[in-house]
Order: sequence, then structure tokens, then C-alpha cells
Amino acid sequence: MEQKYIPKSSLKAWLAKVKDGGKQIYAPVTEGGKTSFRRVKSVDDISMEHVQTAQSAKGVAFPRTEKLFSYAMQPGGVALQDYDSANIPHTVVFGLHPCDAAAFKPLSGIFGWDTGDKPFGERMQRVTLVSLSCSKCDELCFCTSVDGSPGSAVGSDILLTAVGSEGYLVEIVTDRGRALTEPHAALFEAAPDVNKEELLAHVPVRFSVGAVERSLAGAFESDVWKQQSARCLGCGACAFVCPACACFDIQENPKGSASGDRIRCWDSCGFSLFTLHTSGHNPRSVQSQRWRQRLLHKFSYMPRRLSVRGCTGCGRCSRACPVDMNLWEHLSELENLKN
Amino acid sequence: MSDNIYLPYLVTIEKITQEAPGVRTLRLKFNDEALARSFEFKAGQFGEYSAFGEGESTFCIASSPTRKGYIECTFREAGRVTSALAKLEEGQTMGFRGPYGNTFPLDEWRGKNLLFVAGGIALPPMRCVIWNALDTRGSFGDVSILYGAKTVADLVYKHELKEWDERPDVRLVTTVDPGGETPEWKGEVGFVPAVLEKMNPSAENTIAIVCGPPVMIKFTFPVLDKLGFAPENIYTTLENRMKCGVGKCGRCNVGDKYVCKDGPVFSRAQLEALPAEF
Ligand SMILES: Cc1cc2nc3c(=O)[nH]c(=O)nc-3n(C[C@H](O)[C@H](O)[C@H](O)COP(=O)(O)OP(=O)(O)OC[C@H]3O[C@@H](n4cnc5c(N)ncnc54)[C@H](O)[C@@H]3O)c2cc1C
Ligand code: SF4
Ligand code: SF4
Ligand code: FES
Repeated sequence: MEQKYIPKSSLKAWLAKVKDGGKQIYAPVTEGGKTSFRRVKSVDDISMEHVQTAQSAKGVAFPRTEKLFSYAMQPGGVALQDYDSANIPHTVVFGLHPCDAAAFKPLSGIFGWDTGDKPFGERMQRVTLVSLSCSKCDELCFCTSVDGSPGSAVGSDILLTAVGSEGYLVEIVTDRGRALTEPHAALFEAAPDVNKEELLAHVPVRFSVGAVERSLAGAFESDVWKQQSARCLGCGACAFVCPACACFDIQENPKGSASGDRIRCWDSCGFSLFTLHTSGHNPRSVQSQRWRQRLLHKFSYMPRRLSVRGCTGCGRCSRACPVDMNLWEHLSELENLKN
Repeated sequence: MSDNIYLPYLVTIEKITQEAPGVRTLRLKFNDEALARSFEFKAGQFGEYSAFGEGESTFCIASSPTRKGYIECTFREAGRVTSALAKLEEGQTMGFRGPYGNTFPLDEWRGKNLLFVAGGIALPPMRCVIWNALDTRGSFGDVSILYGAKTVADLVYKHELKEWDERPDVRLVTTVDPGGETPEWKGEVGFVPAVLEKMNPSAENTIAIVCGPPVMIKFTFPVLDKLGFAPENIYTTLENRMKCGVGKCGRCNVGDKYVCKDGPVFSRAQLEALPAEF
């Protein structure tokens, strides 16, 4: 992997040039005490100091709501206007952490298996991921327990790692990453001789994911789901903040009676309406069944069907949960489950 | 053709048949002539039907793949989208995405007897297989159909029931729940499982296809056990709530099986291996 160094003083110049070159920058911005990914107007607005944004970066490829096509009633029929990819911006996602970059793999697994998903595919084609290694973490992070690390380059096109307070080690991972650095080579310097491990946060390994996944194979009928989910409100916040959750609803968004859009929007397997039949029958009628679905989907079904896990250990679900469900604690409990 | 899997084909309603109170069949023709000629599907598959302005609903394709040039769906007015579809008139435009899902393995059933057991509105997925089998009648042995509904008025496909009844190569038994009969009713009176037991069909070289409300299925399986049907020779379809139909939206799974991709057709042997999540 090609390595370079960029002084802090040149970083903003680089991003400004990237932006002037026609790409949008989607990066963490702190507003009202909350750090979220935004399309930034000025690169001065980018926040680099947070542990984790409230929302992940997945919206760049899987927006919270997205138009799938439009319809219009006409004399003698209906006219459809197909999804239009012409206006999707070329975007550099800057400053996402390795757990968020890694999450595009499970998303791509879900949207790309069997048949392609045009809206997701078209957006992904226009995305370059410039990630930032974590020099800080908190007690809810557990990337190292799910094959990640605070300095993992997996999924990124470029990975930056802060070297002191003066600049960044730049690892150029893919051709897409190279296309972003090469035209501005003058801004980059030779990579310093540093031990990258020493520059990273220390995220303890909280559990053995292999043991968890082996336990889950026989855990469908276990009482553990009831115990763990007794306080879960079914609010769905965990799914909405998750970088790897992809469940969606398809809804009509009429604009008057004669035209409108078919849209899709984020949904959550934690909601009681998610699987409700019109007849009133619900295959997952209680919260414990929905909690079980969330964990089995991520740690059993996805590995089996798509060869990718649906969790990268970002800890967002635990931070967002109004009743303090701690995912890695729950997973640790499953590790020792006696079926 | 679009590479957007969510963009429906436009179809025109050619014919509406009011089957029973709140149940109608729509015959749909693809607006695109080339598609109308090339569209293919197999028995058991389903689609997403659009009422533009209201949304999509999941129904099986109720017509047989042997009948070319159109598809049919039969649906019950249940909620928002089905009510909107029920308001459409002949000549109006709606949308269709599909065909989706797996199929009944008719090729594997060649030379076998077929026993159809259906209850209520669940005849549509079976009607597709029945006509498929009858249109290729030589490929199968005996064809028996047991169909039950709450009341005589609730029986769907009445004209076709008459046609099947009159065919010498089909054994048709119809039944209505006790209290659902009329003075003129000549069929059976009783619940489907009990009537099946009375029918006493042979399990020898026979495939049983069972579709109906969960309670009917629950009480029909033990009867089939008693009659000697092996779980591998019993088939049914699952109806989990769906949105995408293509294995992405994440709501139709039963354990690690996606009803929209791995189903909706399952053998009883396959169902027994699944967790109770349907
Ligand atoms: C494989 C398969 C095959 C089927 N085949 C047939 C068939 O052949 N014939 C048949 O009659 N039925 C069939 N069904 C059942 C059929 O799909 C449902 O009866 C039908 O979709 C009900 O739709 P509705 O819009 O009228 O109901 P509604 O309950 O009104 O739902 C319409 C939509 O509105 C939204 N919605 C409604 N209520 C809420 C709410 N409270 N909160 C949030 N959103 C809401 C949802 O997006 C929902 O999808 C089949 C189902 C499956 C899965
Ligand atoms: S499940 Fe929780 S910890 Fe795992 S990726 Fe999603 S939000 Fe992050
Ligand atoms: S955020 Fe917490 S309370 Fe809300 S659905 Fe998730 S686990 Fe349950
Ligand atoms: S209907 Fe969307 S995954 Fe099956």
C-alpha cells in the first residue's frame, strides 16, 4: 500500500482543491452539540475531534428517503419517470472512521446480491471514502471484536492517521483513492517512519465473535432474547443510527391526486408494524422476537447468506439507545450461552 | 427495459371478475407489446401490483403460465392498496413488478397424482397450478381438488369450479363451513380437514398441495399424516409481509430463509426445518 504524509496545513487546501474539482465533500460537522455527516460548504466546518458521529455515513449511498421513480396520471393512462442518476453528485466522504468504511461491505452485500439495486449502485459508484483512523474511542466501541480495528483500511479508498497534532499519515488503498491524491501530489510529503499502532486508540477485544456465532446457530428458542430485550422500547433508534442496517420500507409520496413519487425510506426490524400482516397476524408479535431478529440477522443470517457480518462494532446503537442496551455486553452474554 | 428493479411495468386491466364479496380477479395485459409476448413465469410465483397514488400489494400470479398474453391476480379487499386496486375499472392502468420467488416443482411431479387442498381466498396460487396441470393433462395422474370456503357466496372462481366439476378427468369436492350452506347447496358441509379425511385420498404416488389460512393448514397436516403423505410430498406457500420482493428490504424472512426469494413455495419437510416465524 502506498504511503504518504500530509501536513495539517495542507489538508484543507487538498480538500478545497478536491471540492473545486467538482466533488462534494460529505464530512462530520458539529452543530448544536451533535456531530453529523453533512455536505460541507466550507472545509473549515469539518470536525475532526469527535469519537463518533450520531448518524453513520451510510446516507451517502442509502439516503434516509429516496425517490425510486415518479408517476403521473394522464388522459388514457399513467406515465412513469424512471430513477434518474444524472444528478447524483460525485462525493468524497471525509473523516469517517474505519467502522463506517467497513460497513459499506454489508450494505453492498444486501443491495448487490442476486440483482443489483440501481439507486444504491449508482450512488456507490460516485463515492470515494477518505477515512480517519481513531485516536480516541469510548467504552461502547468494539470494532476489534468483529475483525475491525481503529486503524483498519478495509473498505476505505484512503486512510488518514493523525501523527501528533501536525499532520497525517496517508495510506492510499485503491485506485479511486489514488485519483484523489495524484493530481495534488505537491501537497503530500514522504511518509514518516512511524509505528502506526502507537497512533491508534486502544479498543479492547470484548468477546470472541467466533464463539458468539457458534452459540447463535442453536439459539433461536433460547430464553436469552426475552431477558435481554425486556427493557427494549422498540423505538428503532438502533437501526436508524447503524451504518450496516439496510432494512427499508417502500411508500407512496403523492403530490396531489395526479402525480407523485414512489419512495423508499429507512425502516427497522424493531418496529412492531414491520412484519404485521393486514389480517392482524404478526410473525414477530413481541419485542423479544424482534430483538432476536436484529442479532440473528447481523451475526448469523448475513454471514451465512452473504458471507459478511452486519455489524462493524461502531457502538452507535448502544449510544443512541434510550434504555442503555449495550450491544457488546449482550453479545458477550451470548458467547457463553448454554443452549 | 429499465435496470431499476423498483420500476413497475405498466399493465392495462382487460377484464374484472367479481368472484365473491370483496374478492375480484383482474386480467392484466402488458402495455409494452414486446413484453406481452416475451413475459414468462412459472406456477407459484408472485408479483407486486401497484395502484399509483396508494402503493404496492403482493399477490400471486393466479393465471396459468400456459395461458399466454396476460396475467391475472385475485385479491381480497383488505386495506389501503387493495381498496384502491378494487376501485380501478376495465381499461385503466396499474403497475406490476415480477415474476418473483420460486415455483412449484411441476417438472418433478410428472407422472404423479395431484391432490389440491385449498381454503378461502387461498385458491388463487393453486388455480395457477391446477390450470397448468390441466393444460398439460397427459403429464399427470389423477387430479383431485378439495376446496372449502366459509359460505357458498365466498367460493371464488365459481365458473371454473363448474368446469372442473364437469370434467371427467378431475375429481372436485367443494365444501362450506357449517351454517354457510344455502338450500340449493349440493356440496359438502364441514371444515376442510374433516372433509379431507372423509375423501380419503390415497397417498400412493401423490403430491398434496395445501394452501389456506394458518388454522386450516394446522389441522390439515395431521390428516395428511394419517393418510400416509410424507412431508416431502406436501407443498404449501407462505405469505410473509413483503415490500421489495427481491430479498433486500429485510422483512419477509423466516429464520435465514427469505420468503420472497427462497419461497413462497415450501415443502412441508422444508417448513419443519424452519423456525416458527410465519
Ligand atoms: C407471497 C404472497 C402472495 C399473496 N397472494 C395473495 C393473493 O393472491 N390474493 C390476496 O388477496 N392476497 C394475497 N396476499 C396478501 C396480500 O399481499 C395482502 O392482503 C395485501 O398486501 C394487503 O394490502 P393492503 O394495502 O390492502 O393492506 P394495508 O394493511 O392497507 O397495507 C398497505 C400498505 O400501507 C402501509 N400501511 C398500512 N397500514 C400501515 C400502518 N399501520 N403503519 C405503517 N404502514 C402501513 C404499508 O406500507 C402497507 O404495505 C399475498 C401475500 C404474499 C406475501
Ligand atoms: S449493530 Fe450497533 S455496533 Fe454494530 S454496526 Fe450497527 S450501530 Fe454499530
Ligand atoms: S434503540 Fe434500544 S430501545 Fe430502541 S429499539 Fe434499539 S435496543 Fe430497543
Ligand atoms: S420482501 Fe423484501 S426481503 Fe423479502
